[in-house]
Amino acid sequence: MDFKEWKNFKDGSWKKEINVRDFIQRNYTPYEGDDSFLADATDRTKKLWDDVLELYKKERENGGVLDADTKTPSAVNAYEAGYIDKDLEQIVGLQTDAPLKRAIMPAGGIRIVEKSAESYGFKVDPETDYIYKNLRKTHNDGVFSVYTPDIRAARSSHLITGLPDGYGRGRIIGDYRRVALYGVDALIEEKKDELNVLNVDEFTEKVIREREEVSDQIKALNDLKAMAAKYGFDISVPAKNAKEAVQWLYFGYLGAIKDQNGAAMSIGRTSTFLDIYFERDLAEGIITEEEAQEIMDHFVMKLRLVRFLRAPEYNALFSGDPVWVTESIGGMGIDGRTLVTKNSFRVLHTLTTLGPAPEPNLTVLWSTRLPDGFKRFATKLSIKTSSIQYENDDLMRITLGDDYGIACCVSAMRIGKQMQFFGARANLAKALLYAINGGRDELSGKQVAPKFEGITSEYLDYDEVMEKYDFMMEYVAKIYIKALNAIHYMHDKYSYEALEMALHDREEDILRTMACGIAGISVVADSLSAIKYAKVKAIRNDDGLVVDYQVEGDFPKYGNDDDRVDQIAVDLVKTFLNKLQKHYTYRDSKHTLSILTITSNVVYGKNTGNTPDGRRSGEPFGPGANPLHGRDTNGSLAVLNTIAKLPYEYAEDGISYTFAITPAALGKEEDIRITNLVNMLDGYFEKTGHHINVNVFDRSLLEDAMEHPEKYPQLTIRVSGYAVNFIKLTREQQLDVINRTIQDRI
Amino acid sequence: MLEYDRNKYARIHSIESFGTVDGPGIRFVIFMQGCALKCKYCHNRDTWDTNAGTLISLDELLDKIERYKSYILPSGGGVTVTGGEPLLQPKFLINFFNELKKRKIPTAIDTSGMFDITDDIKELLKFTDLVLLDIKHINDEKCKDLVGFSNKKELNFARYLSDNNIPVWIRQVIIPGITDSKEDLLELKKFLSTLNNVKKVELIPYHELGKFKWENLELKYELDGIPTATSEDISKAKKILGI
Repeated sequence: MDFKEWKNFKDGSWKKEINVRDFIQRNYTPYEGDDSFLADATDRTKKLWDDVLELYKKERENGGVLDADTKTPSAVNAYEAGYIDKDLEQIVGLQTDAPLKRAIMPAGGIRIVEKSAESYGFKVDPETDYIYKNLRKTHNDGVFSVYTPDIRAARSSHLITGLPDGYGRGRIIGDYRRVALYGVDALIEEKKDELNVLNVDEFTEKVIREREEVSDQIKALNDLKAMAAKYGFDISVPAKNAKEAVQWLYFGYLGAIKDQNGAAMSIGRTSTFLDIYFERDLAEGIITEEEAQEIMDHFVMKLRLVRFLRAPEYNALFSGDPVWVTESIGGMGIDGRTLVTKNSFRVLHTLTTLGPAPEPNLTVLWSTRLPDGFKRFATKLSIKTSSIQYENDDLMRITLGDDYGIACCVSAMRIGKQMQFFGARANLAKALLYAINGGRDELSGKQVAPKFEGITSEYLDYDEVMEKYDFMMEYVAKIYIKALNAIHYMHDKYSYEALEMALHDREEDILRTMACGIAGISVVADSLSAIKYAKVKAIRNDDGLVVDYQVEGDFPKYGNDDDRVDQIAVDLVKTFLNKLQKHYTYRDSKHTLSILTITSNVVYGKNTGNTPDGRRSGEPFGPGANPLHGRDTNGSLAVLNTIAKLPYEYAEDGISYTFAITPAALGKEEDIRITNLVNMLDGYFEKTGHHINVNVFDRSLLEDAMEHPEKYPQLTIRVSGYAVNFIKLTREQQLDVINRTIQDRI
Repeated sequence: MLEYDRNKYARIHSIESFGTVDGPGIRFVIFMQGCALKCKYCHNRDTWDTNAGTLISLDELLDKIERYKSYILPSGGGVTVTGGEPLLQPKFLINFFNELKKRKIPTAIDTSGMFDITDDIKELLKFTDLVLLDIKHINDEKCKDLVGFSNKKELNFARYLSDNNIPVWIRQVIIPGITDSKEDLLELKKFLSTLNNVKKVELIPYHELGKFKWENLELKYELDGIPTATSEDISKAKKILGI
C-alpha cells in the first residue's frame, strides 16, 4: 500500500499490513516537557461549548432526555447528517440528526426500548414495535428463550446481577485509528482477503459463522463510508492532515455508537496516534497550537454528547448516563520511550478549556517512569477537576504490550486484537449467606440454590462455614458461566457488533475473554474475618433461617493493610477464578475476573441481608475493591496497600479502587499537593496496585451540590471506574458517595 | 495492663499512613496516647488519658512502617510522632528513632516542648531530624490560662534546640482574640529572631472540628463561641510576623 496522504511518514511494516502500532512506534515524538506550550480555548470553541451547555440545560429541564427518535432503528447509516452549529463545528457528526436526540436500538430488546421510551414520556412507533415484536427476534428474546430455571432463580434473587441480557454488552473497542490511517477501502480489501481464507473445504458451523460475520463487517464498513459522505467527506482514502485524522477517527467511533447501545463504548488509545498528524502539520506550518487544541476540543465536545436511551432501572445500576468513552492516555513503550506526547496533554487540557466532565472517561496509564512534567500535569488536573482515573501501565504492559486500551473502567485489551464478553458480576456476599442458610435466600427464604444442610450451630465455625462456602461458590460459578454463554451466543447472533469487529484483526488472531466479576469482596473478607477472629452468633427467625448476626469481640478489618484479613480477600479471588475456569466458555474465551461494581454497590447492598461482619441489611457494599466505609482506620496508604495485594494475575479484568480526599488532607499548598499525589501514585503502582479513581474535594461542596444542583452543572466526581456528573446521581447514591469516601482525618 | 516494658512498648491512640501536614513529604504519623496539658482548643481531646489507647510493640510498629517506605522515601517524607504528647514516652522513642535511623527513615517529633531537658530527651534528640515545636502562647500568663502551664519550659526547650542545631518548624495556632494580638505576635517574632534553627513558621488556623470529641466524652468545650480562624486572620498574623 502507498498513499499520497502518507507523505513524510517513516516506512515500516505498517505499510504492508494493517498495523497501527508499528506506525505509531516509527513516527511518534515523545514529549518530556511540561504544560507551558498549551493554548487556551478559541472564541469559536467557547461559543460552541456555550451552545452545548444550553442543550445540557434543556435536557435536564426535560427530565433527562431532550428528544428521541422512536421510529427509526439506529444503524451506522440510518440518519441524515446533524449539527450543533455547522459554521462553528470543526469536527462534525452526531448519533442522530440533532444533538442529544436519542436513538433506539431494538435489536437488543424491544421491551427495554419501550420501557426506556415510556419512562421519559415517549412512545415507540407502532410499526417499529410490531416488527420487533413479531417479525424480528432480539438479543433479549434469544437469551430468555434458553435460560434455565436455575439461572432465572439466581438472577431474580440477585445472586448474579447486572447481566447484559437486557442491554448491549459493549466493552469492545474498535481500532478507530485504522479509519484515519488506512481509509475504509483498504480495510474492506483486508476483510475480503479474510473471506478468501475462510473459503475452506470443510464448511463447519464455525467457518459459516465466521464468514457471515466478516460479510457483515464489510457491509458495516460500506455503511460507514456512506454515513461520512452525508457529512461531505470521502473516508475511503486515508486522512491527509490532523483535522481529517481526528474527523476520520471520530466517524469510525460514531459508526459504532450508531450501531450499538453498548454498556461501555470506549474509544481506545487515540491521542498519541493523532499527535503524529499534529506534529506533521505543525512542522509544515499548516496549523498553530491554538488550532490543534481547537480540533481536540471539538472532538472531545462530540464525545461529551454521546447519549443512549436507557431505562431508569439501568440508571440505578450505572448512574449518571455513563457511556464510558474511555480514552487511554500516556504509558510507556516497551522500548523504554514514553508514549506521552503533546497531544496527551491536549486531551487532558480539555478539562480546562471546556471545564470538567465525566466523558470522555480520561484514563492515564501511569508508569513510575512517566516524565515528571506529565505526572505533575495530570495530578494537577485531578486536584482541580476530579475527572481522571489512573491505571498501572507497568503492570499491564507485561502481558498486553504497549498498544492496549481500557474498555469501560478497568478492562484492558490490546487494541484491535482483543475483545471481551462482558459478564457483570456475582454477589459473593450473598453467596456466603446462602452457604450459611443451605442455599436459601436470607431475605425471601426461598430455596434458590440446590438444598443442602446449612449451619445449624449457634456460633459460626470458620472451617465449617468455609467448607459450605466453597460448595456454594462452586454452584454460583457454574450458573454464572451458563448464563454468560447463553447471553454472548445470543448477542453475537442477534446484535453482532459488525463495525467494531471490522476494526479488529482477523478472527484467528482475536483473543476473547469471558469477563466475570465479583461484588462484595470487602463484605465477605470482613465477615470471614469476624467469624475467624471474633465470635459470631447466628440469629434465626421462626423458620430457622439465619437473618442476623451478633459479633462478639473485635476482628481485623479489610482496608488496614492487615494481612490476616487481606489474605482472606486474596484467597477469595483466586478460589473463585479457579472455579470459573472449570467450565467451558462460549467461543473458548479466556476466563477473567474483575473486582468492580461501578455504582451498583448501592443496589447490590440493597438486595443483600445482614452480613456476619455487622453490616446491616440493605446497606451499600464498598464499591469495587474498596473497604466498607468507616472500616479503614489507618489512613489512605493503608487502604492502598490492602488493595494492591489483590492479585492482578487472577483479576485481569481489573481491580477498581475509588479514592477521595479533601484538598487540605493532601497538603497545605498546591505544589505540595501535586507532589504528594504523584508520590502516592508512584508508591501504589510500585506495589502493583491496578487502578485508582482520584477525587479531591470538600464534603461541604458535595452537600451544597445536593441542595443546589443548578449551581453545579459540570461538577464531576470519580466513582467506581468512571466519572459522573454528581447532580445526575440518585439521592441515595449521592449520600453513599458523601458518607463513604472522604478521607478527612481530624 | 499498666505494667509493661517502656523501652519496647508504646501506648498509641492511632496511626495515619498518609500524613501530609506534619512535616515535609508523605509522613507515617503516630498519634501517641497521653498528654498532661489542658489546651482548651485541643482537637484530639481523646488522646489525653495516659492509660487509654492501645499498646504496640517496637517490632510491630517498625514492621508496619516498612510497608510504607516506597511512598515515604521518594517523597522526602518520614515518620512523625505526635499526639497526645510524644515526649511522655521518651524511652520507647529513643529505641524507635534509633531503629528508624538505621533504616534511613527521617524522624520528626511534634511536641509542646514543655519538658525539662532530661538525659532521655537529649538522647532522643540525637536521632531526631526535625522538631515541630508548638508554641502554646508567647505570653506566660495567657499561656497558663489557655493550656494550664507556664511557657517557660517550652521556650527553654526551643533555646536548647537552637543551641544544638536541631531543625525546627515553629507552629502557632491562631485563635482569634486569644493568640493573635499584635503585641503577642510581635513578641513571638522577637523571640523567634533569637533562634538560629527555625526552618519554617506555620500558622495553624483554629477550627472546631475536634469539638465533637469533647462532647463525646461529655466534657464542656470552653472555647464555645470563639470564632474559627479565617484566611484573613491568618494573612494578618503572617504580616505581623513578617512571614
